[in-house]
Amino acid sequence: MSDPSTQNGPRPGGSGRPEGEPILAIEGLKTYFHTDEGIARAVDGVTYSIQPGETLGVVGESGSGKSVTALSILQLLPMPPGKFEGGRILFRGENLLEVSEKRMREIRGNDIAMIFQEPMTALNPVFTVGNQIGETVMLHQGLSKEAARERSIDMLRRVGIPSPEARVDEYPHQLSGGMRQRVMIAMAMACGPALLIADEPTTALDVTIQAQILDLIKELQDEEGMSVLLITHDLGVVAETAHHVAVMYAGRVVEYASAEELFERPRHPYTIGLLRSLPDLATSGERLVTIPGIVPSATRFPSGCRFRTRCSLASEICAAEVPPLERVQGPDGQATEHTVACHHLEAAEAL
Amino acid sequence: MSTPEVNDKASSEVATATAPLLEVQGLKKYFPIRRGILQRHTGDVKAVDGLDFTVRRGETLSLVGESGCGKTTAGRSLLRLLEPTAGRALYRPEPGTEVDWFALPKSELRPYRRDLQIIFQDPYASLNPRITVGNSVGEALKVHGVASSAKDRADRVAELLRKVGLRPDVANRFPHEFSGGQRQRVGIARALALNPKLIVCDEAVSALDVSIQAQVINLLKDLQAEFGLSYLFIAHDLSVVRYISDRVAVMYLGRIVEMGPVDEVFDRPQHPYTQALLSAIPRANPKERRERIPLTGDVPSPIHPPSGCHFHTRCHIAEKGLCNVQYPEMRKVHPNGQYAACHFAKPFGSPAALGGRS
Repeated sequence: MSDPSTQNGPRPGGSGRPEGEPILAIEGLKTYFHTDEGIARAVDGVTYSIQPGETLGVVGESGSGKSVTALSILQLLPMPPGKFEGGRILFRGENLLEVSEKRMREIRGNDIAMIFQEPMTALNPVFTVGNQIGETVMLHQGLSKEAARERSIDMLRRVGIPSPEARVDEYPHQLSGGMRQRVMIAMAMACGPALLIADEPTTALDVTIQAQILDLIKELQDEEGMSVLLITHDLGVVAETAHHVAVMYAGRVVEYASAEELFERPRHPYTIGLLRSLPDLATSGERLVTIPGIVPSATRFPSGCRFRTRCSLASEICAAEVPPLERVQGPDGQATEHTVACHHLEAAEAL
Repeated sequence: MSTPEVNDKASSEVATATAPLLEVQGLKKYFPIRRGILQRHTGDVKAVDGLDFTVRRGETLSLVGESGCGKTTAGRSLLRLLEPTAGRALYRPEPGTEVDWFALPKSELRPYRRDLQIIFQDPYASLNPRITVGNSVGEALKVHGVASSAKDRADRVAELLRKVGLRPDVANRFPHEFSGGQRQRVGIARALALNPKLIVCDEAVSALDVSIQAQVINLLKDLQAEFGLSYLFIAHDLSVVRYISDRVAVMYLGRIVEMGPVDEVFDRPQHPYTQALLSAIPRANPKERRERIPLTGDVPSPIHPPSGCHFHTRCHIAEKGLCNVQYPEMRKVHPNGQYAACHFAKPFGSPAALGGRS
C-alpha cells in the first residue's frame, strides 16, 4: 500500500481542481489477478477522476489495464481470480468497493451504464431489441410493459435508427454492425445515466460509422449532461472527443492532461513515443519513430518505472523508484493540471 | 562506391520500377446464393464486380473501403485462393514474359505461387499452434524444393528470421510464446521465404498496437526497399494507407470508385464517397476538428446493388435521372493518373463542381 504513485503528488483532476466535486474519483485502485503464472498486477495504483459533463479519454495499448479499470468500476470482473487489493472508487462520494451487491445492481445500468466494443456479444440474440432496452427501464424505473415499449421506441429514434416502430421488434442479427452499436447505446442511455463508460465503442466499426457514433455520443452528452469515460487505443478518437486524457501503461497512469495540452506538449517518454509512432503525423518518406520492445507481461512488470525497459532515458533511479505522478508547469511557469510520472522530465522535453 | 556500374544499375532499377508486374482487367468474384432442397441458384453476392488495376514493380498499391466493399475478396481472388468468376490477370515475372494467370490450370499454378504471397490480419489464426515457427517459415522451402537439405533450410530460416528482426534461435519455439507483433513478423518471414515479387498484405498491421504497428510498417518498408517487392496493401486504416502507399484505389460495393497517387487522392479527392470517407478519419490533433461530410445509412447489399451509380443512395450530390440510371465510367481527373467514377468529377484544372470539396 506504500506505492508512491498512489500516495505522493497531486491527483489528476482531484481536489485541486476548481470545477468542484468529481462525479467519479478512482484513487490508487489495485485490481490483481491470481493466476497459475503468478499475480498479474493488471491495475496497480490507478488514480483519475471525471467531472460532471466531461469526457475523459483513457488511452493505452493492450495490457495497459484500461479496460480492467473500467470493469472494476462496475465490478464486472470474475472474483476470483480477480481481487481488489487496494484503493477506492468514489461515485458521487460513495465507495463502490464497499457497497453491497444489491446496491451495485441499482447503480449498474441506472447511474452508470456501459457500452462495449462488440455489440453482438453484448446483445442477447434471442430477445428483441425492444425487450432488451425495455428491461432496464422496467427494472430501474418501474415502468409498465407498454410504457417500456414506448420508451424503447423513443430511444431508438433518438439514436438515429430509421423506422423505430418496426425495428423495436427485430432481433440483433437483423441489424448491421453500426445499428447494433446504436441499439447498445440506446440501452445504455435508456435510464439517463450520470456516467457512461464506453470501452472501445467504435473499434469494430468503419470510419464513417465511427464518426456517426462518436457524434451521437457527443450529442446525447450535450443534451443530458452526462459524463463519459472513453476507453480507446485510437489517439485520433481521443483527440476529437475527450476533454481530458489519461495515458496508461502497464497498469498505471503515466500522464494526465487536457486533450489540447497532451497532444501539443506530451511530457512522458511513452506518450511522446506513442504520438510519434502515428503514421498520421509523420511525413511520408520519413521513417516512423517506434518504441522498441513490447509491453511487459502483467505477471512480470519491471521494478520501478515500468516503462524503463523500453525507454531511451532510463537510468538507475528508474529501476529503483516508482516515479510519482507530479504536476508539471506550463511553458510560462504557470500552474497546470498536467501530471506526469517520470524521473527525467527535463530530458524528456528534449526528446 | 560511386562507380559507373552502380549508377547504371540504379538507373535501370528506376526504369523497371514503374513497369507493370500484374495487370488486372475486369476481375469479378460472385458468391452464388442457393436456396431450397434442390439448392437452386437464386442470386449472387457480387463481392467484387469488375476491377481494373495494375500493380507496378516495387510499388505499394492500397485497396481501401468500408467492410463489405470487397477489398479482401479482391486480394484473395487475385492470388487464386478464391477462384475468380471472371476477368484476366496478366502477370509479368520478367520484362518480356507474360503469363495469363487466371487462365492457368490449377496444376500449373505452383511455379508462380512462390512469387505471389500473402500476409494475413490475424497472426494468431494464421500460424499453426502445433508447428514451431521455424518449420512454419521453412515449410514452403521444402514444398517448393528450394533448400532441399535440412541444413540449408535451417540456414535460410535463420536468415529470414534475422531479416524480420527476430533472433534466429526462436525457430524452435511455438507461436504461443510470441507476442502479436512478433507473430506478425513470423508471418512476414514466411511470406518472404521464397523471394516473392508481390505480397498481398491483408490488414497486416490492423490488429497491432500503435507502437508495434509502427515497427511492422517500418519493417515492411525496409524489406520493400531491399528486395524491390510490390505490395497490394488492403487496409481500412486510412492514415496507415496514406503513409505506406504509392497509389491507392478506393472501393465501394465491389467496384473501384477512385484511384490515383496517394497524395492526390488524399489531398484532392474527386469522388464524393472518397471525400466522405476521408473526412471521417479522426485526427490526432484536437485543434484540427474538420467538418465532416456525413454519410447516412449503411452500405447497400451487394446482392442487389442500387441501379446506376452504386453510391447514389448515400450521395449528397446525386442527381435524379442521371446517377440512379447510368453507371459513371472511370474518367481521368488529374494528369498524374488520378481517376474517378463520378458523373460530376471534372478533369483537373477545371472549375470545381463538387459542393463538398474542402
